[in-house]
Amino acid sequence: MSTTQYLFAGFGGQGILFSGKVLAYKGLTDGKNVSWLPSYGPEMRGGTASCSVIISDTAVGSPIVEKPDVLVAMNLPSLDLYEERVKSGGIIFVDSSLIDRKVKRTDVTAYYIPATKMASDNNISKLANVILLGKVLKETNGFTNEQGVIDALKKVISAKHADMLEINLNALKLGRDYKGE
Amino acid sequence: MSEKVLMKGNEAIAEAAIKAGCRHYFGYPITPQTEIAAYMAKRMPKIGGTFLQAESEIAAINMVYGVSAAGKRVMTSSSSPGISLKGEGISYMAGADLPALIVNVQRGGPGLGGIQPSQSDYFQATKGGAHGDFHMIVLAPASVQEMAELTVKGFELADKYRVTSMILADGTMGQMMEPVSLDFELAEEVEKPWAVTGTKMGRKHNIVNSLFLKPDQLEKTNIERFERYEIIKQNEVRYEEYLMEDAEICIAAFGIAARVARNAIDEARKQGIKVGLIRPITLWPFPEKAFADASNKVKQIISVELSMGQMIEDIRLSVNGKVPVTLCNRTGGMIPSPEQVLKAIINANEGGNE
Amino acid sequence: MVVFDKPKALADVQMHYCPGCTHGIVHRLVAEVIDELGIEGKTIGIAPVGCSVMAYDYFNCDMVEAAHGRAPAVATGVKRANPENIVFTYQGDGDLASIGMAETVHSAARNENITIIFINNAIYGMTGGQMAPTSLPGQITQTSPYGRNVNECGFPIKVCEMLSQLDGPEYLERVAVNNVKNVKNAKKAIKKAFQNQVDKKGFSLVEVVSSCPTNWGLTPSNALKWVEEKMIPYYPLGVYKDRSSK
Repeated sequence: MSTTQYLFAGFGGQGILFSGKVLAYKGLTDGKNVSWLPSYGPEMRGGTASCSVIISDTAVGSPIVEKPDVLVAMNLPSLDLYEERVKSGGIIFVDSSLIDRKVKRTDVTAYYIPATKMASDNNISKLANVILLGKVLKETNGFTNEQGVIDALKKVISAKHADMLEINLNALKLGRDYKGE
Repeated sequence: MSEKVLMKGNEAIAEAAIKAGCRHYFGYPITPQTEIAAYMAKRMPKIGGTFLQAESEIAAINMVYGVSAAGKRVMTSSSSPGISLKGEGISYMAGADLPALIVNVQRGGPGLGGIQPSQSDYFQATKGGAHGDFHMIVLAPASVQEMAELTVKGFELADKYRVTSMILADGTMGQMMEPVSLDFELAEEVEKPWAVTGTKMGRKHNIVNSLFLKPDQLEKTNIERFERYEIIKQNEVRYEEYLMEDAEICIAAFGIAARVARNAIDEARKQGIKVGLIRPITLWPFPEKAFADASNKVKQIISVELSMGQMIEDIRLSVNGKVPVTLCNRTGGMIPSPEQVLKAIINANEGGNE
Repeated sequence: MVVFDKPKALADVQMHYCPGCTHGIVHRLVAEVIDELGIEGKTIGIAPVGCSVMAYDYFNCDMVEAAHGRAPAVATGVKRANPENIVFTYQGDGDLASIGMAETVHSAARNENITIIFINNAIYGMTGGQMAPTSLPGQITQTSPYGRNVNECGFPIKVCEMLSQLDGPEYLERVAVNNVKNVKNAKKAIKKAFQNQVDKKGFSLVEVVSSCPTNWGLTPSNALKWVEEKMIPYYPLGVYKDRSSK
């Protein structure tokens, strides 16, 4: 019986909501209870955005993630704001090409992935979020069911953009296979 | 059971309405419910339905009035300030006994307020919502699945009793995604011999009207309407109980507040505190008896609300002074945290009732 | 032999209108048109708030009573629900040009396939003679006791002229019912406005310059004279838009 609370945070436009959605669908295909809650309002259009995802063996209570088990920070303000809230023993994923400081907490595990730089090096500059998600899935045992990941991606990428599936999957794998730091 | 899909609460309402046979939607953009309009704009033209972005909330509700008068299932949706504008039409529909579904995805008020989630339109929704003697059936979903199911139920109850039904949701319920199944049992649509569809020269003309200049006539229609409300009160009260069997403290909460409360209750139970939840699903008719019964066994009821305390008044009326009823709240778009609710539970357990 | 019959679409009830009021004439013209087009069985009328609030009792077709100014929105709903029905609204100047201006303009802009009969008598009748959006400059009413001061209350609204600037509407005409010739023209216009809807041409509005002897403080015959001398010069009769005639 377990519940994992994820918080994705960054600028509007970085694909925060998309990452959360893929993760939520992954939970759904794994037969779990899930919820996905975006911050909404003007911040969606350029300010800080966040997205709460809960994946649980039991019914999800409040969909609001206040103390995440897993924080994915895609900009400095997000790390500054949410670092203290992460549960002891939790994990913080940092896009190290956009955040030049280290995680201060010593009771959490931190992973530093230069996702934005990797994305631009690989000509997929809009997919830093997906690269990060690949690492998140890897470190939270999400890739033990790789078909589930593919199925989740298929659900989120609309039929209209089916040609993007392969590129997204490759981005996920880039993140998964990232070994630095 | 069909495959579950992830949907936003707002989208689940829209798709459920279509499943329920609603082919007419009128609305006006306002955060945080615009996804409903956007969904309808996409879907309605493909299924021969009407989506119309009206010039105002007032026009939208009056278009709803027109479609309902013509005997078809119809809905509108808005958020708090927009619902105030619809008040006129809501009252006229009550006066003319017209069924429709109205969705309020609440945001903080009063005035222009904010755009974050709120439950501060409870009074407006449950006490009538505009001028005159009337009620709406008010349904309070606490999950995306319920957003869909209560939409269908809302149409059915509206038609059955010739009243408007309101889905009283909030920004969180509208914006969050959860797995939802849209495999519903649909009740048969009722005949509407009162509708204006043309006499076809075969019957006396139908008149849809809320004007009764003779006070004795108006009194009579109001009394008849309230007799119908009594039947609704007897048959349509809905609520959910959670861990109430041995509860010594009762949390009362609906919608998102009930979700937050469940976290706090689970935590309190781990600490050995006997606490349970009564979650009203119909806010009108209010589950008076559930609270009256609870007052015979619990030592305190805590109303958890996203307002300055509105439902608490109905709880107090229901328990009639038997046990203290206290408030645990945030307002203006803020949401109580599970910790805040847990603190209130611990306080109550130690005998505090402030 | 001349036979004077009550139109079948008009209910056999006593109307509440004041002596000399022209509502009766316009009701009759609408009913005659409904009879002649043979559409009573599929016509839905929308009554306003104002003197004609009880029009729902006077027509034999199905009727809906709307909130003040909202008749075009209600008509939009009724028409969209059952497009095969013929839907008309019957509204006064306060209803259509003041509180319901948004509904009027937008139903016209949408070219909603409905028919609007607009009674312009430059005053609020039902509430006892207050200034209307169409009251003339200098006109004395209960709420403009020193005469309508355009510097304070603004100028009258010329509905047909204003709506004619929109691309939406199909047909706009202003008529009067102050003499036999004008009544005949009014009937022609009303018939066209209904025929347009039958032909699915779209939004048709007929503005009828009318009188209100009671609230104008004039005898019925002097009221008709006032229509001729004061109203019609400010509100010129004629066709303001007729898309199909081009």
